[in-house]
Amino acid sequence: MHLIYEQSTPGRRGVRLPASDVPAASALPDTLLRAEKAGLAEVSELDLVRHFTNLSRRNFSVDTNFYPLGSCTMKYNAKVLENSAALFTPFHPMTALLPGGVDFCQGTLGMLYDLGQLLADITGMDEVTTQPLAGAHGEMTGIMLIAAYHAAKGNRAKKKYVVVPDSSHGTNPASAAIAGYEIITVPTAPYGDMDLELFKAAMSDEVAAVMMTCPNTLGLFNPHIKEISDIAHSFDALMYYDGANLNAIMGKVKPGDVGFDVMHVNLHKTFGTPHGGGGPGSGPVGVKRALIPFLPQPRIVMDGDGKLQLETANPGTIGRTANFFGNFGVMVRAYAYIIMLGREGLIQVSEQAVLNANYIKEKLKGHYDLPYDMTCMHEVVFSASRQLEHGVHAIDIAKFLIDKGYHPPTVYFPMIVKEAIMIEPTETESKATMDAFIEAMIEAARTAESSPQALHDAPLTMPISRLDETKAAREQNVCHIG
Amino acid sequence: MLNSHYCPHTPEEIQEMLSVIGVASVEELFAPIPPALRATTFNLPTGMSEFETFSRMQAIAGENSQGMTHFIGGGFYDHIIPSVVDHLSGRAEFYTAYTPYQPECSQGTLQALFEYQTAICRLTGLDVSNASLYDGGSACAEAAMMALRVTGRSRIVVDGCVSPFSRQVLKTYLFNLDVEVVEIAPQGGLLDRAALAALLDDRVAAVLIQNPNFFGSIEDFSGLADQVHGVGALLIGSVYPISLGVLKSPGEIGIDIAVGDGQSLGNPLSFGGPSFGFIAAAKKYIRNMPGRIVGETVDRNGKRGYVLTLQAREQHIKRHRATSNICSNQGLCALRGLIFLSSVGKEGLADLARLNRDKAEYAKARLSAIPGVSVLQASVTFNEFTLVLPKNAAAVVAGLLEMGIAAGVPLGDYYKGFNNCLVVTVTEKRTKREIDLFAKELEVALCI
Repeated sequence: MHLIYEQSTPGRRGVRLPASDVPAASALPDTLLRAEKAGLAEVSELDLVRHFTNLSRRNFSVDTNFYPLGSCTMKYNAKVLENSAALFTPFHPMTALLPGGVDFCQGTLGMLYDLGQLLADITGMDEVTTQPLAGAHGEMTGIMLIAAYHAAKGNRAKKKYVVVPDSSHGTNPASAAIAGYEIITVPTAPYGDMDLELFKAAMSDEVAAVMMTCPNTLGLFNPHIKEISDIAHSFDALMYYDGANLNAIMGKVKPGDVGFDVMHVNLHKTFGTPHGGGGPGSGPVGVKRALIPFLPQPRIVMDGDGKLQLETANPGTIGRTANFFGNFGVMVRAYAYIIMLGREGLIQVSEQAVLNANYIKEKLKGHYDLPYDMTCMHEVVFSASRQLEHGVHAIDIAKFLIDKGYHPPTVYFPMIVKEAIMIEPTETESKATMDAFIEAMIEAARTAESSPQALHDAPLTMPISRLDETKAAREQNVCHIG
Repeated sequence: MLNSHYCPHTPEEIQEMLSVIGVASVEELFAPIPPALRATTFNLPTGMSEFETFSRMQAIAGENSQGMTHFIGGGFYDHIIPSVVDHLSGRAEFYTAYTPYQPECSQGTLQALFEYQTAICRLTGLDVSNASLYDGGSACAEAAMMALRVTGRSRIVVDGCVSPFSRQVLKTYLFNLDVEVVEIAPQGGLLDRAALAALLDDRVAAVLIQNPNFFGSIEDFSGLADQVHGVGALLIGSVYPISLGVLKSPGEIGIDIAVGDGQSLGNPLSFGGPSFGFIAAAKKYIRNMPGRIVGETVDRNGKRGYVLTLQAREQHIKRHRATSNICSNQGLCALRGLIFLSSVGKEGLADLARLNRDKAEYAKARLSAIPGVSVLQASVTFNEFTLVLPKNAAAVVAGLLEMGIAAGVPLGDYYKGFNNCLVVTVTEKRTKREIDLFAKELEVALCI
């Protein structure tokens, strides 16, 4: 497809601007002006509409295809959430920061406060900040809160390490590094969880925090989580919960009940807000009472009259992690989702997410290696090692699935599983959809044995075939020239 | 049984699935969780229909005061959004997809992001852009960390005229990294060039400036880049993208890394988000860029296509040695930015920038004609300027809010000794009539 810039005609415009009702200002001095106008597209409105409509048709999406991308919780995004978000678009965030401004923003501040309360109940935390803009941003915020906690006790210099299992999301160690920590990685045991003995050996007074995902990226719930928390706490290390997999346990387990001190929630995963082709997400952070003094500001608090106020002069705060109150539009959607589903609905979400993953696991385990064969939570990780004997890799199976109309599962993650295929169906998929997907997976396994080349050639039905990633990395052509 | 109408199974299907798995109940699937760890309370309210949900959301939105006339900015701006932006970014194929890990079935997102990167490069006059960051503040922080990596130094010098919010975010990001952040106090709403000169030495990794700055001043940064480069430091500039319709591009100023908030490009105010942060740089710094980058390549048949590239910089490969921890970015907001820029177009962006300045100049003349009111800065301004009022600006703003006018951002909370100063923003959406009414009400407010 042509780029929008290749459809440009000088002088053509896509929108008419309002006419000016004021006199023209005197010209700015030449020294401040750009020499040439920015080379933006010059297209008509219809050209623009066709271009982006046709581009959109080159995407798989939840609304068009089953999208079992493990770890990403690609559930259906209810349309009423979009309509709800549109109600809040005119409100300027600065209004709330003006003197007396909170009086004019009680609806939006109240919604953020209520969302915090609902998330606190779901997670077992005492208070939630909605400021972090994505899951990884929440992790960074959470680890900074932990750093502030240790600093307040005079232990900042002593506490040098953050412990993560080797199955963790890459964001965990990357976020801890921004907060100034060195990383200790603990291997996974054959039973699929962080090796308890090696964990004990890794712990010392110099550990600031332990970051865990539970269920972990293998989709397994760690039954020793409380023991791990107790050990961490005995060294005054705090427990960080990566909420990426919260969709499995709503109403079943609260991270705050089992020893976690800080956590983030991915609203775009668990609470049904759209993933936007890569974002925006939203990563509110919940904390236990001991960490409240360090929360980012402005902090939304309720006064004695039930009115929302902004606390901006807290001396212990880590400061600010985003310009305003976080990705508000995402939070509107998540709030609507939570109040719509309610208590029973959210429990059912987790139950059926787990049911669906186990169903796929049972149906496929005869066809693919299942390195950790036990009851899984919301996702299941297979290995294509059996197919590799025929020269077929996980990536080949992924590309075959594209031709069958499925967005592939996550492949090659977690890194501890060779040729990993990580499937997360989510609760919103029907049995019929999963049965058809299972058939496609079985066909891929059969094809791997009978004609591996067919898998190497896939996909054949897309506008393009497999792309040369080495060329892209070598040439670094990231901006259209011409 | 069907408490969530988004869970589609019938009781019969659930039974069928349970028997395939070989358990008697869904509850059995939660057996790996020891009973002692199970939640004992779950106090959420009962669910409701989507109609009731929407009504509740309408009621919440109704609790905010409606129809405020905005003369406030502070990083978020009340600009026009062409209808196409909502409609095209509202294509579910865009908004219900995720990060394009599988390029063959994600060419829509990938090509759009490549076009977005191109727009940002052309706007900023720099070589390379990533596929978006979170917001303007975190983009400043990411740029600073990029400069720390490039130079191997540990001091960031920040002009106090940079948005106080962005400066706070920057300080929060860098707090744990053994980095010194040195701020230069503003001088009459402008960068204190003498103070900067005194601070420049071989310990400085980067200097962060903003144009137009938080006071609204457009600065003549001639010679600044050479001065900063002279000590081996990088120049980071935070810019307001609408102003780049007419103002000198970061590339022309000699800025090495340009950042900014993309809200003004087709993203609604929405109480502060989501918007997006952009970052662009000279090509030699590409391997130190944070976040996703889309690159052009060819498929097996030589056909042009797009992929996520240079992923070896990123957290999912490099883990704690990654250039950033960012994973989800603000892709859909960046897409909105691209559609906005492509709709307004090359000529339109220049016209839009001029329209903003025309309105602001009219308001500036009108407001500064009020007895006792003057303009702080000697420099030219874009669509924001700082008024010096004869009394405390906070009290004036609080009074005007009651009239439905968000009169501006009082500077007292952000700069010591600036209690009488008010930053007023005037975008193309403000009519002469609204400006005249504002002037009238301000005059009344100052008389009381």
